[in-house]
Amino acid sequence: MAEPLLSVRGLRTHFETPEGTIRAVDDLDFDVFEGRTLGVVGESGCGKSVAARSVLGIVEKPGRVVGGRILLRTHAGDTLDLAALPQDSAAYRAIRGPEIALVFQEPMASFSQYYTIGNQITEAIRLHLRLSRSAARARAIELLDMVGVPQPSRRIDEYPFQLSGGLRQRVMIAMALACDPRILIADEPTTALDVTTQAQILDLLRELQAKRGLAIILITHDMGVIAEMAHDVAVMYLGRAVETGPVADIFAAPAHPYTRALLRSIPTVLAKPRTHLPTIAGSIPMPSARPAGCAFSPRCSEVLGDVCRQTEPPAIGEGARSVRCFLHGGAP
Amino acid sequence: MNADVILDVRGLRKFFPIRKGLLRRVVGNVRAVDRVSFFIRRGETLALVGESGCGKTTVSRCILRALTPTEGSVLFHHDGQTVDLAKLRRRALRPLRRHMQMVFQDPYASLNPRMVVGDIIGEPLLINGMRDRTERRARVQELMELVHLPASVMNRFPHAFSGGQRQRIGIARALALNPSLVVADEPVSALDVSVQAQILNLMLDLQDRLGLTYLFVAHDLSVVKHVSNRVAVMYVGRIVEVAETETLYASPLHPYTEALLSAAPAPVPGAVSSRIILEREIADPANPPPGCAFHPRCRYATARCREETPELAEIAPGRHVACLRAAELSLRGIGKAPAA
Amino acid sequence: MRLPFTRRKPAPSKAERYATATQLQLTWWRFCRHRLAVVSLIVLLLAYTAAIMADFLATTDPHQTNAATSYIEPQAIHWFDNGGFHPFVYGLKGARDMRTFKLSYKVDTSRKVYLDLFAHNYDYSLFGFRTDIHLFGLRNANRNDGIYILGTDQLGRDLWSRLAVATRVSLFIGLVGVSISLFLGVILGGVSAIYGGWIDILVQRMIEVVRSMPTIPLWLGLSAAMPSSWSVTQVYLAITIIISLLSWTDLARTVRGKFLSLREEDFVLAAELAGASQARIIFFHMLPSFTSHIIAAVSLALPAMIISETSLSFLGLGLRPPAISWGVLLQDAQNVQTLVLAPWLLTVAVPVIIVILAFNFLGDGLRDAADPYG
Repeated sequence: MAEPLLSVRGLRTHFETPEGTIRAVDDLDFDVFEGRTLGVVGESGCGKSVAARSVLGIVEKPGRVVGGRILLRTHAGDTLDLAALPQDSAAYRAIRGPEIALVFQEPMASFSQYYTIGNQITEAIRLHLRLSRSAARARAIELLDMVGVPQPSRRIDEYPFQLSGGLRQRVMIAMALACDPRILIADEPTTALDVTTQAQILDLLRELQAKRGLAIILITHDMGVIAEMAHDVAVMYLGRAVETGPVADIFAAPAHPYTRALLRSIPTVLAKPRTHLPTIAGSIPMPSARPAGCAFSPRCSEVLGDVCRQTEPPAIGEGARSVRCFLHGGAP
Repeated sequence: MNADVILDVRGLRKFFPIRKGLLRRVVGNVRAVDRVSFFIRRGETLALVGESGCGKTTVSRCILRALTPTEGSVLFHHDGQTVDLAKLRRRALRPLRRHMQMVFQDPYASLNPRMVVGDIIGEPLLINGMRDRTERRARVQELMELVHLPASVMNRFPHAFSGGQRQRIGIARALALNPSLVVADEPVSALDVSVQAQILNLMLDLQDRLGLTYLFVAHDLSVVKHVSNRVAVMYVGRIVEVAETETLYASPLHPYTEALLSAAPAPVPGAVSSRIILEREIADPANPPPGCAFHPRCRYATARCREETPELAEIAPGRHVACLRAAELSLRGIGKAPAA
Repeated sequence: MRLPFTRRKPAPSKAERYATATQLQLTWWRFCRHRLAVVSLIVLLLAYTAAIMADFLATTDPHQTNAATSYIEPQAIHWFDNGGFHPFVYGLKGARDMRTFKLSYKVDTSRKVYLDLFAHNYDYSLFGFRTDIHLFGLRNANRNDGIYILGTDQLGRDLWSRLAVATRVSLFIGLVGVSISLFLGVILGGVSAIYGGWIDILVQRMIEVVRSMPTIPLWLGLSAAMPSSWSVTQVYLAITIIISLLSWTDLARTVRGKFLSLREEDFVLAAELAGASQARIIFFHMLPSFTSHIIAAVSLALPAMIISETSLSFLGLGLRPPAISWGVLLQDAQNVQTLVLAPWLLTVAVPVIIVILAFNFLGDGLRDAADPYG
């Protein structure tokens, strides 16, 4: 396989709170390739959003990247370790937009309500690309057209509140693509949308990827979206990737008990009506009360004993496939 | 009408006036719910499905009279009597409230953060005349056991619970007065996947044990498949199709149902190739298109669909659909059709 | 609502304590993390304690004039004498200025006047008891000697003692004013939100009218309408009412907004569906939910009150001598001439600034603690 555009190794992002250190992301590895989608999936508190924010250098206080490397291959061809850059440095600002861009879950919150969408897109363009006002506007219209906004030359002068949720998400994507990034991080891009609109947006993302060779990091809690969109998958639980691998393998032969249980517990349209679902016992612990050893061990139905409750399982596996579970070896 | 019907909604309408100007004159109406009719049988689950803004929540709130319907009737059959909830005054409604309770979507907003769990679950009992503390406590304990919460947490405040546990508290509160009808408004959509399944199972168990009737309001077709006996699909304030769950999924009669089913993501890689992607946006209920509200997005629409508004009609036993071309279309569903 | 601390069991675990903590306790814990707000709270508690004990802290009668001690510079207290702890100030000596032929008093370093703790001076009443004990006083004083920590004004009155009494007047005028406007605000805001319709429109328009009035001309008019024969107490009351009549609008809006947003809350609907009466919903579910917001709003309204009184009195429209308040004291520092002659008169501004800032920090802290997401 080709060299990855972005390679994250041993990423640790911790939050110092009065209740103690919360290890939101703890020893996370993943690779992102050109033209491929990495799906990062997990439930609340698993650290998937914090991981994305760490890559972009927009972790909110009191969070901090405390370890690991975030190696980015830039347009220019050199490799940068983003983890070593201060979050608010000019060098990092030059990364956000032209190299890596972000699409949020709630597009309404990421737009200013006081400017037209055209103003906001041209602003982003002019900030990085040094175009004249009219050239930037022309580019903005082109971008809106590309993401399927109908009548872009009219819509460009509307305010965010005038747009529907689906259109806002399209504009958000246009804005993210304004500076021609190679990596797009989409953080729950369709969670706030209806199913039929979700289908449209996912379709758009796939189309853009095919056209421009975008690398996409798709963060979601929805296994259905992962199945549909991702090439590679990282399943996260309480700050760690418990399992990574190609999407077909993860779904066909999940190796980690958490992945297995999660896949079984998802309601599907294929089920027989009024059937009970297999469940995962208990609930997700508060991130501040992370269990010792394997974090999933208190809920795991296949727990091996004290080894799981006391020791953090290392990542086992070769190539793209890896799993953190003593069922697959690695016991001390 | 069937004798075992518990709730019969007929021609329900709820308009929200749009006011403008200094004198707040009414310049138009948002037709949130427009001539909705359906019934629920005792002991069954009817799922009300649709996308945001389709009016499903408004329907549920009109039934519980959290909103007063503009028009139509909501006939509630109870103890051999029939009352029209839509026409009752607030005071006359109060004694009836105990028979219909609600489970909310947001497990955080639906519990008063200033009350301990025991008081939250016990409040309906207190309001409805169970003044004795020990008696109330015993009943609360019983309810907590019913939803699998340890009685030891009775003195805790809601902030100490996870989303799933809070939803259990909400269910216990809804069951406190032994209601016959429970309206569940998106009860699992705010929960994590691994917790969702627990709550769905719990709701199924409670229905069997207590003989409850559910009106299950949801947007997620996969969740609905797991809990419902029958499904009603709504689009822009109207019901477009009602059928038995398995039938509706296997052979939908309305093009909107077909598109919804096809858009539902399935956790199977590579299953999307044949998806129907709807063009354009959901119509605005303040300004719905003429004719069938779905026609601008419908790939089967004809000139007639632009002019004539289809009424919900029974075209086969137990199968209601509001589509002018329902008889001639053959639409694609999911899974196998049940044997007739 | 359960009062905090009613359910205390022997040493519960940390998690259990969190689980059974009331909203009030949680708010308090969050507030305690807000350093600046905690410091502000302590400062304000000290300020109000000082205000209550104003006469005890004063060293001389704040109303007592003495032409001889006009414009005396602030005097330092010397703490050690003869190798021991014997606080003293230097005495004063009259001398005639040979250019102006004015008799003025200057510090006489040859004479030490010693300080006593709990000394006797003028009579005052504290919590209903008459007493003449003050925190400190002079032991072997001449007629013109005094402990002029902050100097004296033109009429020879001790600024420190006057400031102490002024603090009492100004801080409590704020409290009384806020109580009145809180009462008006909660009643009118609540009625407006609960009944809605034309009552709501009426109250809202009323708020807009009140808010759109230019304050200074209004104050001018109202204070001109106050008969000059009124006693200090009457003027004091009138001023508080004038101030609070203008400032209830903010609180009314806060209360109305909170009521309206709470009415949409699911837990309120849940209570309604359980058959709860309107009164139960309002008093049991809604009111307790915004007490903390009201406390925060009040602590942000207080400084505005205090500033209003100060500016009114400063302009000569509010309290007038012989009443003493911050505004009255600052009035003395109005012209350039006095500032050149006696710049220490401006020190009155320091407590004003400290108290106003402290109230603002406290209010911010309370608001954050009450509503961490809002």
